[in-house]
Amino acid sequence: MAYTKRLDDRQNDELRPMSAKAGVIPNADGSASFIAGKTTAIVAVYGPRELFPKFKQNPKKGLLRCHYAMMPFSGSGERIRPGTSRRAQEISMVMEHALLPVIDLKEFPNSVVDVYIQLPQTDAGTRCAAISAASIALADAGIPMKDMISSVAVGQVDGTIVADLSYGEESYPGIVSDIPIAMTHNTKQVTLLQMDGEITKEDLSKALEVAKPAMDKVYEVQMKALKDKFSVENKK
Amino acid sequence: MIVNQTTIKELAGKKMRIDGRKFTEYRTPITVETNISWTAEGSARVQLGETVVMAGVKLSLEKPYNDTPDQGGIMINAELTPLSSSEYESGPPGIKAIELSRVTDRGIREAKAIDMKQLCVVPGEKAWFVIIDIVTINDAGNLFDVAGLATLAALKAARFPVVDEETGAIDYKKKTDKPLPLTKEPLPVTVYKINGNLLVDPTAEEEKVYDARLTVATDEKGTISAMQKGGEAPLSTDEISQMMDMAQEKATFLRGVLDK
Repeated sequence: MAYTKRLDDRQNDELRPMSAKAGVIPNADGSASFIAGKTTAIVAVYGPRELFPKFKQNPKKGLLRCHYAMMPFSGSGERIRPGTSRRAQEISMVMEHALLPVIDLKEFPNSVVDVYIQLPQTDAGTRCAAISAASIALADAGIPMKDMISSVAVGQVDGTIVADLSYGEESYPGIVSDIPIAMTHNTKQVTLLQMDGEITKEDLSKALEVAKPAMDKVYEVQMKALKDKFSVENKK
Repeated sequence: MIVNQTTIKELAGKKMRIDGRKFTEYRTPITVETNISWTAEGSARVQLGETVVMAGVKLSLEKPYNDTPDQGGIMINAELTPLSSSEYESGPPGIKAIELSRVTDRGIREAKAIDMKQLCVVPGEKAWFVIIDIVTINDAGNLFDVAGLATLAALKAARFPVVDEETGAIDYKKKTDKPLPLTKEPLPVTVYKINGNLLVDPTAEEEKVYDARLTVATDEKGTISAMQKGGEAPLSTDEISQMMDMAQEKATFLRGVLDK
């Protein structure tokens, strides 16, 4: 039986309800929250600040570090032990690579920009929500950026190409593929691409095409969050 | 910052605070939002001024401890995340996080606020264990009181998950409408001593210059269930008596916020 109707009644290219806010953590230099359905990411940016230990400093440019963490109660099953995991470390690394292409840290030698991510609740798509939030938070912190990075997963559920998979879809019986993607907004360059499951080359191409308009929807939410905080009208 | 630290002490001597509050006045806004995480059995987000803390409850079925075969258990863990302040670093909990979790834990545990016997399913074999995780989002001072409030709010909001009667497995995606067996509502209030004066709800700046502090957890009847003195300066018995009075009064105020 083909997957003709989505579990939550969305259209195939429809994303989960999204909202975002910039400046949610007063202590941070920049911050944002990004909510996609039942997944919530909170991001704080600290820096540029001096990097310690000193041997890690680069005199040519600043370093970007991401620290991804799920809150212990944020998994849909048992409690997650606090502290880092192999999964968290890998996601932190791919997040750095997803964000770096638009970030210019040449002006900040020997320094570091730390991006801290916390997730209070998750329902698939955590790295995408984290990247989308991080991009807002970096802009909020005034880090020089050439473009915004938006991120959402696309995939194939039992033969149907869909955008923004929920956990129910990721674990749907049958052949499923989950492809988290991040793109630059203006040039639609891919900065994050992971995939697990099974998919044909043709379907993958189709999925990548579905991703582009999906990114634009994420971008709109990101820009609204920044405008809500910074636009002159809202300050009056 | 150094300028303010001197000013805070001088002002305290004149019965004043840098943000214009009274010594017994909590910051605003003060809000408690529950069920902020669908994955937790109970959760809360508490904001007090610019301080924001989240707390989540997870329940699991475990073998009871050998010395209490007819009881469940609780555990409280606190994380001072580097997301919430530039003063915190990644890694295992430091002494500040350990103190925060232990003081919060004692307030609940020693008051016997949760009926541990009601958590037992099969004596000696199976009982519910309650794990509360406190996560700081923005530390702008007074984490003890905010963490205590978030913990109690999350415990009150918690509902047991559905257990499959045949396999005994927990279906965390489905909740029953059964709340935790809470018998009391203890809340910690921390009174700070700055330049000889006693005050509550310090900002991050005020926390940098305090001489001593006393956290007192009291329930709705005024019974004290946990205390913790902090800071390097000593306290007189008169001061301790005054601090306990302030803590009881302010716990009543905070309980009112929780029940709103």
